[in-house]
Amino acid sequence: MIVSSALIIWKGLMCITGSESPVVVVLSESMEPGFQRGDILFLQMSKDPIRTGEIVVFNIQGRDIPIVHRVIEVHEQRQSGEVRILTKGDNNDVDDRMLYAQGQFWLKQEHIMGRAVGFLPYVGWATIIMTEKPIIKYILIGALGLLVITSKD
Amino acid sequence: MARDSGIWQNSFIFISVDFNFSLRPKIKRQQLQQRQGTKTGKKKKMHSFGYRANALLTFAVTILALMCAIASLSDNLNTPSPSAQIEILNINWFQKQPHGNDEVSLTLNITADLQSLFTWNTKQLFIFVAAEYETPKNALNQVSLWDAIIPAKEFAKFSIHTSNKYRFIDQGHNLRSKEFNLTLHWHVMPKTGKMFANKIVMSGYRLPEDYR
Repeated sequence: MIVSSALIIWKGLMCITGSESPVVVVLSESMEPGFQRGDILFLQMSKDPIRTGEIVVFNIQGRDIPIVHRVIEVHEQRQSGEVRILTKGDNNDVDDRMLYAQGQFWLKQEHIMGRAVGFLPYVGWATIIMTEKPIIKYILIGALGLLVITSKD
Repeated sequence: MARDSGIWQNSFIFISVDFNFSLRPKIKRQQLQQRQGTKTGKKKKMHSFGYRANALLTFAVTILALMCAIASLSDNLNTPSPSAQIEILNINWFQKQPHGNDEVSLTLNITADLQSLFTWNTKQLFIFVAAEYETPKNALNQVSLWDAIIPAKEFAKFSIHTSNKYRFIDQGHNLRSKEFNLTLHWHVMPKTGKMFANKIVMSGYRLPEDYR
Protein backbone atom coordinates (compact mmCIF):
# COMPACT_ATOMS: atom_id res chain seq x y z
CA MET A 1 0.00 0.00 0.00
CA ILE A 2 2.75 2.37 0.99
CA VAL A 3 4.86 1.46 -2.00
CA SER A 4 2.03 1.85 -4.47
CA SER A 5 0.90 5.17 -3.02
CA ALA A 6 4.47 6.47 -3.10
CA LEU A 7 4.74 5.40 -6.72
CA ILE A 8 1.45 7.11 -7.57
CA ILE A 9 2.62 10.34 -5.95
CA TRP A 10 5.96 10.20 -7.82
CA LYS A 11 4.35 9.57 -11.21
CA GLY A 12 1.71 12.19 -10.51
CA LEU A 13 4.40 14.74 -9.74
CA MET A 14 6.14 13.82 -12.98
CA CYS A 15 2.96 14.54 -14.93
CA ILE A 16 2.15 17.79 -13.14
CA THR A 17 5.59 19.28 -13.38
CA GLY A 18 6.36 18.00 -16.86
CA SER A 19 9.85 17.08 -15.79
CA GLU A 20 11.52 13.69 -15.89
CA SER A 21 12.72 14.00 -12.37
CA PRO A 22 10.52 16.32 -10.37
CA VAL A 23 12.53 16.27 -7.15
CA VAL A 24 16.30 16.43 -6.87
CA VAL A 25 18.64 16.44 -3.91
CA VAL A 26 21.38 19.07 -3.76
CA LEU A 27 24.67 17.18 -3.59
CA SER A 28 27.39 19.82 -3.79
CA GLU A 29 28.15 23.10 -2.07
CA SER A 30 28.30 25.08 -5.28
CA MET A 31 25.06 26.93 -4.61
CA GLU A 32 25.71 27.90 -1.01
CA PRO A 33 24.51 29.67 1.02
CA GLY A 34 21.21 29.38 -0.76
CA PHE A 35 21.13 25.61 -1.24
CA GLN A 36 23.03 23.41 1.14
CA ARG A 37 23.89 19.76 0.70
CA GLY A 38 20.85 17.72 1.62
CA ASP A 39 18.17 20.15 0.53
CA ILE A 40 15.63 19.09 -2.02
CA LEU A 41 14.44 21.09 -4.98
CA PHE A 42 11.12 20.82 -6.77
CA LEU A 43 11.53 21.13 -10.50
CA GLN A 44 9.25 22.23 -13.25
CA MET A 45 9.80 22.22 -16.95
CA SER A 46 7.76 24.28 -19.35
CA LYS A 47 8.30 25.19 -22.97
CA ASP A 48 9.10 28.80 -22.01
CA PRO A 49 12.62 29.69 -23.06
CA ILE A 50 15.23 29.70 -20.34
CA ARG A 51 16.22 33.18 -19.14
CA THR A 52 19.04 34.44 -16.96
CA GLY A 53 18.73 34.00 -13.26
CA GLU A 54 16.76 30.80 -13.40
CA ILE A 55 18.11 27.93 -11.40
CA VAL A 56 18.29 24.97 -13.71
CA VAL A 57 19.17 21.33 -13.38
CA PHE A 58 21.08 19.77 -16.23
CA ASN A 59 23.03 16.69 -17.16
CA ILE A 60 26.41 16.69 -18.82
CA GLN A 61 27.27 13.87 -21.16
CA GLY A 62 29.55 11.47 -19.40
CA ARG A 63 28.48 12.49 -15.91
CA ASP A 64 25.57 10.81 -14.20
CA ILE A 65 24.85 13.31 -11.44
CA PRO A 66 22.68 16.24 -12.47
CA ILE A 67 24.06 19.69 -11.71
CA VAL A 68 22.03 22.48 -10.16
CA HIS A 69 23.32 25.92 -11.13
CA ARG A 70 22.09 29.35 -12.16
CA VAL A 71 21.90 30.64 -15.71
CA ILE A 72 24.10 33.69 -16.23
CA GLU A 73 24.06 34.10 -19.99
CA VAL A 74 21.45 33.50 -22.65
CA HIS A 75 21.75 34.03 -26.38
CA GLU A 76 18.61 33.30 -28.34
CA GLN A 77 19.05 32.90 -32.06
CA ARG A 78 16.64 34.80 -34.21
CA GLN A 79 16.05 32.30 -36.95
CA SER A 80 16.03 28.97 -35.19
CA GLY A 81 14.79 30.14 -31.80
CA GLU A 82 17.52 28.04 -30.29
CA VAL A 83 18.97 29.27 -27.01
CA ARG A 84 22.56 29.03 -25.92
CA ILE A 85 22.96 28.97 -22.17
CA LEU A 86 25.86 29.46 -19.82
CA THR A 87 25.56 28.52 -16.17
CA LYS A 88 27.48 29.11 -12.98
CA GLY A 89 27.13 28.01 -9.40
CA ASP A 90 26.50 30.86 -6.97
CA ASN A 91 29.38 29.76 -4.79
CA ASN A 92 31.82 29.14 -7.65
CA ASP A 93 34.20 31.76 -8.94
CA VAL A 94 34.12 30.71 -12.56
CA ASP A 95 31.38 29.70 -14.92
CA ASP A 96 30.66 26.11 -15.83
CA ARG A 97 32.52 25.89 -19.13
CA MET A 98 35.05 23.65 -17.40
CA LEU A 99 32.27 21.23 -16.54
CA TYR A 100 30.72 20.95 -19.96
CA ALA A 101 31.71 18.18 -22.31
CA GLN A 102 34.85 18.54 -24.38
CA GLY A 103 34.29 21.13 -27.07
CA GLN A 104 30.95 22.20 -25.65
CA PHE A 105 30.77 25.90 -24.81
CA TRP A 106 27.04 26.33 -24.31
CA LEU A 107 24.10 24.40 -22.98
CA LYS A 108 20.95 24.08 -25.01
CA GLN A 109 17.32 23.95 -23.91
CA GLU A 110 17.23 20.18 -24.40
CA HIS A 111 20.03 19.65 -21.87
CA ILE A 112 17.94 21.26 -19.15
CA MET A 113 15.93 18.82 -17.04
CA GLY A 114 13.94 21.45 -15.22
CA ARG A 115 13.82 24.77 -13.41
CA ALA A 116 13.88 24.86 -9.62
CA VAL A 117 10.69 26.40 -8.34
CA GLY A 118 10.45 25.22 -4.74
CA PHE A 119 12.74 24.17 -1.99
CA LEU A 120 12.70 22.17 1.23
CA PRO A 121 15.71 22.14 3.56
CA TYR A 122 17.33 19.05 5.06
CA VAL A 123 14.86 16.52 3.67
CA GLY A 124 17.36 15.15 1.16
CA TRP A 125 19.80 13.91 3.80
CA ALA A 126 18.00 10.57 3.87
CA THR A 127 18.85 10.05 0.19
CA ILE A 128 22.46 11.18 0.62
CA ILE A 129 23.03 8.85 3.55
CA MET A 130 21.49 5.95 1.71
CA THR A 131 23.61 6.60 -1.38
CA GLU A 132 26.88 7.06 0.45
CA LYS A 133 26.44 4.27 2.94
CA PRO A 134 24.45 1.66 1.09
CA ILE A 135 24.36 -0.61 4.13
CA ILE A 136 21.83 1.73 5.72
CA LYS A 137 19.64 1.37 2.65
CA TYR A 138 19.73 -2.42 2.95
CA ILE A 139 18.94 -2.30 6.65
CA LEU A 140 16.01 0.02 6.02
CA ILE A 141 14.60 -2.05 3.19
CA GLY A 142 15.06 -5.20 5.29
CA ALA A 143 13.24 -3.67 8.24
CA LEU A 144 10.42 -2.39 6.05
CA GLY A 145 10.07 -5.79 4.41
CA LEU A 146 9.94 -7.45 7.81
CA LEU A 147 7.26 -5.03 8.95
CA VAL A 148 5.17 -5.71 5.87
CA ILE A 149 5.40 -9.45 6.32
CA THR A 150 4.71 -9.55 10.03
CA SER A 151 2.00 -6.90 10.03
CA LYS A 152 -1.40 -8.35 10.70
CA ASP A 153 -3.28 -5.55 9.02
CA MET B 1 -19.15 -44.87 45.42
CA ALA B 2 -16.15 -44.13 43.33
CA ARG B 3 -18.36 -43.91 40.43
CA ASP B 4 -20.61 -41.56 42.25
CA SER B 5 -17.76 -39.29 43.22
CA GLY B 6 -16.53 -39.54 39.68
CA ILE B 7 -19.87 -38.31 38.50
CA TRP B 8 -19.82 -35.55 41.03
CA GLN B 9 -16.32 -34.62 40.06
CA ASN B 10 -17.18 -34.68 36.39
CA SER B 11 -20.31 -32.70 36.87
CA PHE B 12 -18.45 -30.33 39.12
CA ILE B 13 -15.89 -29.89 36.43
CA PHE B 14 -18.56 -29.60 33.83
CA ILE B 15 -20.50 -27.09 35.87
CA SER B 16 -17.44 -25.03 36.71
CA VAL B 17 -16.33 -25.05 33.12
CA ASP B 18 -19.78 -24.14 31.99
CA PHE B 19 -19.95 -21.58 34.72
CA ASN B 20 -16.70 -20.03 33.54
CA PHE B 21 -17.54 -19.83 29.93
CA SER B 22 -21.23 -19.26 29.67
CA LEU B 23 -22.91 -18.57 32.95
CA ARG B 24 -20.66 -15.79 34.24
CA PRO B 25 -21.55 -12.26 33.26
CA LYS B 26 -19.80 -10.97 30.12
CA ILE B 27 -17.53 -8.49 31.85
CA LYS B 28 -15.79 -11.19 33.77
CA ARG B 29 -15.47 -13.26 30.62
CA GLN B 30 -13.64 -10.41 28.98
CA GLN B 31 -11.32 -10.04 31.92
CA LEU B 32 -10.54 -13.74 31.80
CA GLN B 33 -9.86 -13.63 28.11
CA GLN B 34 -7.75 -10.56 28.48
CA ARG B 35 -5.74 -12.36 31.10
CA GLN B 36 -5.46 -15.32 28.83
CA GLY B 37 -4.56 -13.10 25.93
CA THR B 38 -7.06 -14.44 23.40
CA LYS B 39 -8.85 -12.40 20.79
CA THR B 40 -12.57 -11.99 20.82
CA GLY B 41 -14.72 -10.43 18.21
CA LYS B 42 -15.69 -7.44 20.31
CA LYS B 43 -12.66 -6.51 22.48
CA LYS B 44 -10.12 -4.16 20.93
CA LYS B 45 -6.50 -5.24 21.14
CA MET B 46 -4.02 -2.73 22.52
CA HIS B 47 -1.74 -1.19 19.92
CA SER B 48 1.85 -2.29 19.87
CA PHE B 49 4.74 0.11 20.33
CA GLY B 50 5.62 -0.14 16.65
CA TYR B 51 2.10 0.72 15.57
CA ARG B 52 2.00 3.76 17.81
CA ALA B 53 5.44 4.93 16.77
CA ASN B 54 4.43 4.62 13.14
CA ALA B 55 1.20 6.56 13.66
CA LEU B 56 3.03 9.30 15.57
CA LEU B 57 5.73 9.61 12.94
CA THR B 58 3.24 9.82 10.08
CA PHE B 59 1.28 12.46 11.91
CA ALA B 60 4.39 14.48 12.74
CA VAL B 61 5.63 14.41 9.14
CA THR B 62 2.22 15.42 7.83
CA ILE B 63 2.00 18.36 10.21
CA LEU B 64 5.55 19.42 9.31
CA ALA B 65 4.73 19.33 5.61
CA LEU B 66 1.60 21.36 6.25
CA MET B 67 3.56 23.95 8.20
CA CYS B 68 6.08 24.29 5.38
CA ALA B 69 3.26 24.77 2.89
CA ILE B 70 1.61 27.44 5.04
CA ALA B 71 4.94 29.22 5.51
CA SER B 72 5.35 29.28 1.76
CA LEU B 73 1.80 30.53 1.17
CA SER B 74 2.33 33.34 3.64
CA ASP B 75 4.89 34.76 1.22
CA ASN B 76 2.02 35.60 -1.12
CA LEU B 77 0.65 38.06 1.40
CA ASN B 78 3.68 40.25 1.03
CA THR B 79 3.35 43.13 -1.48
CA PRO B 80 6.84 44.25 -2.34
CA SER B 81 7.77 47.72 -3.58
CA PRO B 82 11.39 47.60 -4.65
CA SER B 83 13.27 50.37 -6.38
CA ALA B 84 16.59 50.53 -8.16
CA GLN B 85 18.81 52.75 -10.26
CA ILE B 86 21.88 51.88 -12.25
CA GLU B 87 24.30 54.39 -13.62
CA ILE B 88 27.20 53.67 -15.93
CA LEU B 89 30.06 55.64 -14.47
CA ASN B 90 32.71 54.72 -16.97
CA ILE B 91 33.47 52.53 -19.93
CA ASN B 92 36.83 51.16 -18.90
CA TRP B 93 37.67 49.59 -22.22
CA PHE B 94 35.96 48.28 -25.30
CA GLN B 95 37.84 45.87 -27.50
CA LYS B 96 37.54 43.23 -30.13
CA GLN B 97 39.02 39.98 -28.94
CA PRO B 98 41.46 37.97 -31.04
CA HIS B 99 38.79 35.45 -32.09
CA GLY B 100 36.38 38.12 -33.16
CA ASN B 101 34.04 38.71 -30.23
CA ASP B 102 33.49 42.15 -28.75
CA GLU B 103 34.17 42.70 -25.10
CA VAL B 104 33.47 45.69 -22.92
CA SER B 105 34.32 46.53 -19.33
CA LEU B 106 32.17 48.97 -17.39
CA THR B 107 32.06 50.58 -13.99
CA LEU B 108 28.56 50.75 -12.58
CA ASN B 109 26.90 52.50 -9.70
CA ILE B 110 24.05 50.34 -8.46
CA THR B 111 21.60 51.80 -5.97
CA ALA B 112 18.64 49.83 -4.75
CA ASP B 113 16.14 49.45 -1.97
CA LEU B 114 14.91 45.88 -1.81
CA GLN B 115 13.89 45.78 1.82
CA SER B 116 10.21 45.21 1.08
CA LEU B 117 10.99 41.86 -0.52
CA PHE B 118 12.04 40.25 2.74
CA THR B 119 9.50 38.20 4.69
CA TRP B 120 9.94 36.03 7.76
CA ASN B 121 10.26 33.07 5.39
CA THR B 122 13.12 34.58 3.37
CA LYS B 123 16.54 33.02 3.70
CA GLN B 124 18.35 35.30 1.29
CA LEU B 125 17.92 37.43 -1.78
CA PHE B 126 20.02 36.70 -4.83
CA ILE B 127 20.31 39.74 -7.06
CA PHE B 128 22.11 40.28 -10.31
CA VAL B 129 22.42 42.91 -12.99
CA ALA B 130 22.16 41.75 -16.59
CA ALA B 131 22.61 43.57 -19.86
CA GLU B 132 19.96 42.80 -22.46
CA TYR B 133 20.29 43.65 -26.11
CA GLU B 134 19.55 42.26 -29.52
CA THR B 135 21.72 41.68 -32.54
CA PRO B 136 21.04 40.76 -36.16
CA LYS B 137 21.81 37.14 -35.42
CA ASN B 138 20.28 36.86 -31.95
CA ALA B 139 16.77 37.93 -31.02
CA LEU B 140 17.81 38.25 -27.39
CA ASN B 141 21.07 38.33 -25.51
CA GLN B 142 21.23 38.42 -21.76
CA VAL B 143 24.60 38.70 -20.09
CA SER B 144 24.95 38.80 -16.34
CA LEU B 145 27.43 41.48 -15.27
CA TRP B 146 27.31 41.41 -11.50
CA ASP B 147 25.57 39.51 -8.76
CA ALA B 148 25.34 39.52 -4.99
CA ILE B 149 23.64 37.72 -2.17
CA ILE B 150 21.73 39.76 0.37
CA PRO B 151 21.46 37.68 3.51
CA ALA B 152 19.20 39.94 5.55
CA LYS B 153 16.87 42.91 5.38
CA GLU B 154 19.46 45.33 6.79
CA PHE B 155 21.68 44.85 3.76
CA ALA B 156 18.90 45.25 1.23
CA LYS B 157 19.24 49.00 0.90
CA PHE B 158 22.58 49.74 -0.66
CA SER B 159 24.60 51.72 -3.13
CA ILE B 160 27.67 50.19 -4.69
CA HIS B 161 30.37 51.15 -7.16
CA THR B 162 31.69 48.19 -9.02
CA SER B 163 33.17 47.09 -12.28
CA ASN B 164 31.49 44.18 -13.96
CA LYS B 165 32.14 40.94 -12.14
CA TYR B 166 31.56 38.82 -15.22
CA ARG B 167 32.87 39.52 -18.66
CA PHE B 168 30.55 41.22 -21.07
CA ILE B 169 31.34 39.34 -24.28
CA ASP B 170 29.17 39.29 -27.34
CA GLN B 171 28.67 36.45 -29.79
CA GLY B 172 30.18 38.41 -32.62
CA HIS B 173 31.15 42.04 -33.01
CA ASN B 174 27.85 43.80 -32.70
CA LEU B 175 28.40 46.00 -29.69
CA ARG B 176 29.48 49.25 -31.27
CA SER B 177 26.90 51.96 -30.46
CA LYS B 178 24.64 49.24 -29.22
CA GLU B 179 21.61 50.25 -27.21
CA PHE B 180 20.94 47.99 -24.31
CA ASN B 181 18.83 47.62 -21.19
CA LEU B 182 20.18 47.00 -17.75
CA THR B 183 17.94 44.82 -15.65
CA LEU B 184 18.18 44.25 -11.94
CA HIS B 185 16.81 40.78 -11.19
CA TRP B 186 16.09 39.41 -7.76
CA HIS B 187 15.40 35.86 -6.68
CA VAL B 188 13.82 35.40 -3.29
CA MET B 189 15.16 32.17 -1.80
CA PRO B 190 12.85 31.08 0.99
CA LYS B 191 13.58 29.11 4.13
CA THR B 192 11.08 26.64 2.76
CA GLY B 193 8.74 26.57 -0.20
CA LYS B 194 8.23 28.41 -3.45
CA MET B 195 10.91 30.69 -4.88
CA PHE B 196 9.93 34.01 -6.41
CA ALA B 197 11.75 36.08 -8.98
CA ASN B 198 11.18 39.40 -10.63
CA LYS B 199 13.10 42.26 -12.19
CA ILE B 200 13.27 45.98 -12.90
CA VAL B 201 14.19 46.92 -16.45
CA MET B 202 16.08 50.15 -17.00
CA SER B 203 16.54 51.15 -20.58
CA GLY B 204 18.36 53.85 -22.43
CA TYR B 205 21.98 52.79 -22.14
CA ARG B 206 24.28 52.89 -25.10
CA LEU B 207 27.77 51.69 -25.85
CA PRO B 208 30.31 53.90 -27.58
CA GLU B 209 30.65 53.96 -31.34
CA ASP B 210 34.29 52.97 -31.44
CA TYR B 211 36.64 50.66 -29.67
CA ARG B 212 38.72 52.20 -26.94
